[in-house]
Amino acid sequence: MIHSYLYLSIILFCLGIVGVISRRNVFTVFMSIELMLNAANLAFVAFARVHESMDGHVLAMMVMAVAAAEAALALAVVILLHKHKSKLDTNVFSLLKG
Amino acid sequence: MGQSVHYLGLIPLFPLMGAVFIGLLHVFTCKNAKLPEKVYGLLACVGPVLSFVMALKVFFQLKALPVDARFLSHNAFTWFSVGDLHINMGFLADPLSCLMLLFVTLIGSLIHIYSIGYMSGDKNYGKFFAYMNLFLGSMLVLVLGDSPVVMFVGWEGVGLCSYLLISFYSEDTNNVLAGNKAFIVNRIGDLGFVLGMSFLFWGIGASGFDYLSLKANVHHLTPAIALTVCLLLFVGATGKSAQIPLYVWLPDAMAGPTPVSALIHAATMVTAGVYMVARFSFLYAHVELAGDIVAWVGILTALLAAIFGMFQDDIKKVLAYSTVSQLGYMFAGVGVAAYSAGIFHVFTHAFFKALLFLGAGSVIYAMHHEQNIWKMGGLKAKMPKTYLTMVIGALALAGCPPFSGFFSKDEILFSALATGHYGIWAVGLLVACMTAYYTFRMIFVVFHGEPRDQHAFDHAKESPAVMTVPLIILAVGAAFAGFLNMPGVQTVSHWLAPSLTEHHPHASSFVLVFAMATSIVAFLVGIKIAYSKFGKGAAEPVFSGFEKFAYNKFYVDELYNAVIVQPYKAVGSSIWKTIEPNVTDGPVKAVTRLYMMIGTAFKVFQVGYVRIYAIYMIVGLSLMSLFLSQSLN
Repeated sequence: MIHSYLYLSIILFCLGIVGVISRRNVFTVFMSIELMLNAANLAFVAFARVHESMDGHVLAMMVMAVAAAEAALALAVVILLHKHKSKLDTNVFSLLKG
Repeated sequence: MGQSVHYLGLIPLFPLMGAVFIGLLHVFTCKNAKLPEKVYGLLACVGPVLSFVMALKVFFQLKALPVDARFLSHNAFTWFSVGDLHINMGFLADPLSCLMLLFVTLIGSLIHIYSIGYMSGDKNYGKFFAYMNLFLGSMLVLVLGDSPVVMFVGWEGVGLCSYLLISFYSEDTNNVLAGNKAFIVNRIGDLGFVLGMSFLFWGIGASGFDYLSLKANVHHLTPAIALTVCLLLFVGATGKSAQIPLYVWLPDAMAGPTPVSALIHAATMVTAGVYMVARFSFLYAHVELAGDIVAWVGILTALLAAIFGMFQDDIKKVLAYSTVSQLGYMFAGVGVAAYSAGIFHVFTHAFFKALLFLGAGSVIYAMHHEQNIWKMGGLKAKMPKTYLTMVIGALALAGCPPFSGFFSKDEILFSALATGHYGIWAVGLLVACMTAYYTFRMIFVVFHGEPRDQHAFDHAKESPAVMTVPLIILAVGAAFAGFLNMPGVQTVSHWLAPSLTEHHPHASSFVLVFAMATSIVAFLVGIKIAYSKFGKGAAEPVFSGFEKFAYNKFYVDELYNAVIVQPYKAVGSSIWKTIEPNVTDGPVKAVTRLYMMIGTAFKVFQVGYVRIYAIYMIVGLSLMSLFLSQSLN
């Protein structure tokens, strides 16, 4: 039973990774990150059911709260980025190039 | 033991606070709104005058104490403490420092007041007074310090202010160079001072490094170390007090404003070396050889400077060489162990030399910054107050009885005679004659005869009261200060006795009268020659032979330049051109190249795209997870 949940979690997480790596739109990258967070949440909750402990639930709630705060910040950053270059392509922001 | 009094620390603090306050005021207002000069003048005089009042308080408190217990001290804070060396920011007022304190603050105050008039119209009015106050504060630290280290703080402070004020008119490169010269030459002397202090500490410093402990332990020094310490400290004194071979900076230092020449380069700072030797009298009194060297260096400097002084045509240069010459007398005095005579000459010299410099400043001010005496003449009628006060100063300098210089100079010559230093006495007498000659040569050329430059003469007028009143006060001092230490009265010698280690030589009254009579004869001969040559007006002489040689100061500056400065520069530039690029630069540049290579190798990873960095993270985390799972199994 637990295996199905974990497989789903892994699939979602890998989708997220692929999204972060391959997509260039800032919003899509951001959504992919959210997907990874939720994949982790799913794994937490599944393990919590198996071990019959509340720890996993608590951690999942915490991740949600942090993700909400992070979303607010990230959107502000996105707005600033857009103001700066009028584009939301991550390849435009490459100041760290050596 | 002496009493501890808190207000002792305030004495240097007043002018130092004044310096900070005036300096800040100048910095913040010089760009846009200029403050009226009166504000600066008033602020600048507050500190010195308050210090003078405090100095009087110290004097009366000391006077009330019994003779053996006459010292006050104040320990402001512990400055630093390393191993055996515990240095306190301590102040000590004993009869010696009290005497210095009194005349330094009095003359300092008078010169500050005089400067209000002399500097009027200068665009850096505020800066000038900030430096002057800083100087006075440093000088008071020097005088009041209770250990050689605290004295050295003041010693360096006055050196700094001297440099800043010599280069005060910094638009002219020559003035800046003169300042540099003073600073660098003093640095050589200061090295001697530091080394001397180090040897002294090495010898007896472990059981306390203030003067009282040093005095108590001085007999533990081996003769060799004592001699080394004495000579090294004297090297410091030759730098600060312009003696052979480091005297060359003082004549150039006349590039500064005239009140600076009067305060720093005549009355106070340059006498610091004499004060230092007197302060260490407990040391010098034990080492006869060092005393003899000090005395001979002093008297030869006196002779050399007097020769130069006879041929100068710049009024301030004449006075500068006479200062060097008089400082030589003072060292001759302290060298023959007549410390009180030396210090008394410091005291009287401060009055009459400050007076002469301020008088010269008054003349220069009236002549619109003309300093060549061969362009003056006949100013007696135009500037009666300046003339009268300067003649008093000149009589005191030349050693005419009963003016102050006669008594102090005679005391030194008498001491030399009484202790059997006949050579020093003879040279001193010759210098006394030359002093009278060049002083009155200057007076006759500037004030007597016919005007040489009619245009400047017509525009010359007496200086304002703010300048003439300090002149008159100083003239009173120059005329009467000598009576304080007349033979038979000796007030100053008795006052100084607890601070100094000296034995008054017992000489017959015949020697006393003989010394006095010869001094008077020397003075009369000098003034007679000066009068016959310049008394009724004289044209600017053309020098030849020895006179030309002396006029060019024996080419000592050129000699130093050729023997020391140029080789030093050559060594420096050859190191810069050969050793530096070929030897030192190699390893340094190799290290930078190594880092550049490493950097280039790793540069390829820095692509700048966020998603590539995400891949690095994922790869890294995956590898870490693999490693962990492997090691857990």
